[in-house]
Amino acid sequence: MSILVDKKTRLLVQGFTGSQATLHSEQSIAYGTNIVGGVTPGKGGQKHLGIPVFNSVHEATEKVEPNASIIFVPAQFCKDSILEAADAGIKLIICITEGVPTLDMLIVKKKIDELGVTLIGPNCPGIITPGEAKLGIMPGSIHSKGSVGVISRSGTLTYEAVKQTTDLGLGQSTCIGIGGDPIPGTSFIDVLKMLEADNQTKAIVMVGEIGGTAEEEAAEYIKDNVSKPVISYIAGQTAPSGKRMGHAGAIIAGGKGTAADKIKKLEECGVHIAENLLQIGTKTKEVLG
Amino acid sequence: MNLHEYQGKELFAKFGLPVSKNSVVTSSDDILSACRDIGGDKWVVKAQAHAGGRGKAGGVKLVNSPEEAIEFANHWLGNRLVTYQTDSNGQLVSSILVEECTDIAKELYLSAVIDRSTQRIVFIGSSEGGVNIEEVAEKTPEKIIYESIDPLTGPLGFQARKISKVLGLDNDQSKQFSKMLPQLTDLFISYDLSLLEINPLVITKGGKLHCLDAKINIDSNAIYRQPEIQAMHDPSQEDPREAEAAKNDLSYVSLDGNIGCMVNGAGLAMGTMDTIKYFGGSPANFLDVGGTATQERVSKAFKLILADPEVKVVLVNIFGGIVRCDLIAEGILAAIEEVGVSIPVVVRLEGNNADIGSDILAKSNASIESLNNLEEASKKAVELSR
Repeated sequence: MSILVDKKTRLLVQGFTGSQATLHSEQSIAYGTNIVGGVTPGKGGQKHLGIPVFNSVHEATEKVEPNASIIFVPAQFCKDSILEAADAGIKLIICITEGVPTLDMLIVKKKIDELGVTLIGPNCPGIITPGEAKLGIMPGSIHSKGSVGVISRSGTLTYEAVKQTTDLGLGQSTCIGIGGDPIPGTSFIDVLKMLEADNQTKAIVMVGEIGGTAEEEAAEYIKDNVSKPVISYIAGQTAPSGKRMGHAGAIIAGGKGTAADKIKKLEECGVHIAENLLQIGTKTKEVLG
Repeated sequence: MNLHEYQGKELFAKFGLPVSKNSVVTSSDDILSACRDIGGDKWVVKAQAHAGGRGKAGGVKLVNSPEEAIEFANHWLGNRLVTYQTDSNGQLVSSILVEECTDIAKELYLSAVIDRSTQRIVFIGSSEGGVNIEEVAEKTPEKIIYESIDPLTGPLGFQARKISKVLGLDNDQSKQFSKMLPQLTDLFISYDLSLLEINPLVITKGGKLHCLDAKINIDSNAIYRQPEIQAMHDPSQEDPREAEAAKNDLSYVSLDGNIGCMVNGAGLAMGTMDTIKYFGGSPANFLDVGGTATQERVSKAFKLILADPEVKVVLVNIFGGIVRCDLIAEGILAAIEEVGVSIPVVVRLEGNNADIGSDILAKSNASIESLNNLEEASKKAVELSR
C-alpha cells in the first residue's frame, strides 16, 4: 500500500509555467508521476511540457479530472490558490511555497478542515511514495521502496533520514514533509494515524525540531494509538532561545519548545530517540531487528 | 520584526486603546517642550530599545522635573542599554519616550499570540501584571486565562466578560474591557501581528483601564503587505550580521563558538550544529544558504561567516537534492577564490553527483578537506577548531 499518493494519483500543478514549477514538474514526470494538467491564469489553452494549461482549477477539474494538486505560486497568492483547489473539489493539496503569512494559514486551515481537504505544507518538500509517485521537490534518486514511513518538519533533514534508510536497505513506504511553518496544513498526528493504518509501513521515522509543541502532542498520541515503532530525531539541540532558526516555526519562545523538552516527552511516551542525525538510519534498523 | 514601545503605542492610539499622553524625542533639547506639552509636574521617561527588562536596567525612570528628564536623556541617548534579555553589547538607544505619569491602583497582564495548537489567535490574561508571565504560568496557573478567538465570529462579549473575571475587574472596568477586546483583535489582524503584549495593563486610581506598555511583533512573512510597519523598521536594533544576511535572503543567527557552518536547509543546519556539539566542538553560527546554493549565495555566506573573528574553520554541509553536487563544488571553489578564504574549509557533499563534486574539490589547490560522510566531516572540523 503506502499513503495518500501512488500510481493512480492524477496531479495538477498550480503556477505551472513558473521556473520552479517547471523544473520540479520535469523531475516528477521523469520519476513517473502522472501530471494531467497545469494552471496559470491567462495562459489557458497553451501546452507546457506537453501538458495542457488551464486558466483555473475548476476548468482543469472539468477537463482532466485531477485528484491532487501541487502549488508553486508566490506566497502572497497561496491562500487564494489553496482555497481555489479546495473549492474545485480537490482533496489532496500540497503547497511547496515558503513565506505564507500566518494569518492567511489560520483562515485556510479552518476552511480546509471544514471541506475535508488534506493540505500538506506550506513551506515543505512535498510527499513521495517511492516507486509510485513524487509530488514535491525532493530528489527522487535517494528513495527506495520499503517499510519506513517518514514524517518531517524539514526538507534536507528528511533527505538525510531517507538516504540513511535507503543505504541500510530498509527503504520507505511514504515520506511526507509537513513543513516548517507555525500552522501546517497537516500535523504529525494526521500522518501518524495514516501510517499506523498502512500495511506497508513497519516503522515510522519522525523528524522534529525546536519550536511549538507539535512533537509533544504527537508523543501523547503515539503512546495511546500507535503500535508500530516510532524513531525520532529532534533538530536544534544547540539552538539559542528567542531566535528564529530559518523556519518560521523554529523558535524557542519563553523557554518553551526546546529540543530537551521534546526528547523527554517522546521518551516518556515510548518513542525511540536518535540522539544525533547520523543515527536515524541505524536506530531504525536496530528497532526493526 | 519588532516595534519600539512608542511605535506600538501609536498603533494602540490609532485603534482607540487607552495610552498615556506622550511625546518621543531624539535629542535632549526637545525634552523641555515635550514635558510642557504633556503638562503636569511628574513624568515617566523611557529609553526606547528592543529589549525586555528595561526597568530593572535603569532604562525607565519617574522624574519630578524637566531637568531630571534631560539628565536621563543625556545619559541614554546614543548609549547602549543592557538588560537580562540582551547580549552583553546591549541595544542602542536613539529615542526617549516621555509620558504623563499614571496613578496605578493595580497591574494586570494581557497579551495575544497565535496559538499553534488551537490554530487561533489566543488572548492570555492574568491578574498578576508587571511580572514575568512564564513564572506566573508555572507557579500559579489558576491566575491565567487563555481565551481563543474564532476567526469566523471574532471576539464575543461573553469572552470579554470571562477574561474580565480572571483579571478581577469590576462591572465598569469589565465594560471598558469589552470595548478593548475587539479593538485589540482588529489591531492584531490589521497589522499581521504574531505577538501583542501589554505588561502591565493597569487599573488607574480613577478606575480606568490603561495600557502602560506595548510590545508588538509582526509576522515576518507578512511584512510585504504592511507598508506602515515597514516604515517603522529600525535596523539599529538588529545584529548587523543577521541584518546583512536578511538583506541577501540568507538565514543567519550568530552563536558563540568557532566553527562556521554553511548548510542548505534550516533543519539540516540545526542538525549540523548539533552534530558539531556532539563531537565536542562549538558552532559559530546557524546559516541556511537555501536549496540552490549557487556561487553567488555561497560567496555571500562565506563573507558573513568570515566577518566573525572567532571562526577558525568552516564546515560546509550540502545535501544536493535537485541541484547537482558538481555544480555546487565549482560554486564553492569560485566563492573561496572570490572571497579569499584563508582558514581551513571542510566540505561534505551528499546526494546528486556527490562523488564528482568531491573529486573537483580534492583536485583543487584550495585548502579544502572534502569528505562525503557527515560524521567524518564534523570530526575533522572539530579537530581543526582546536
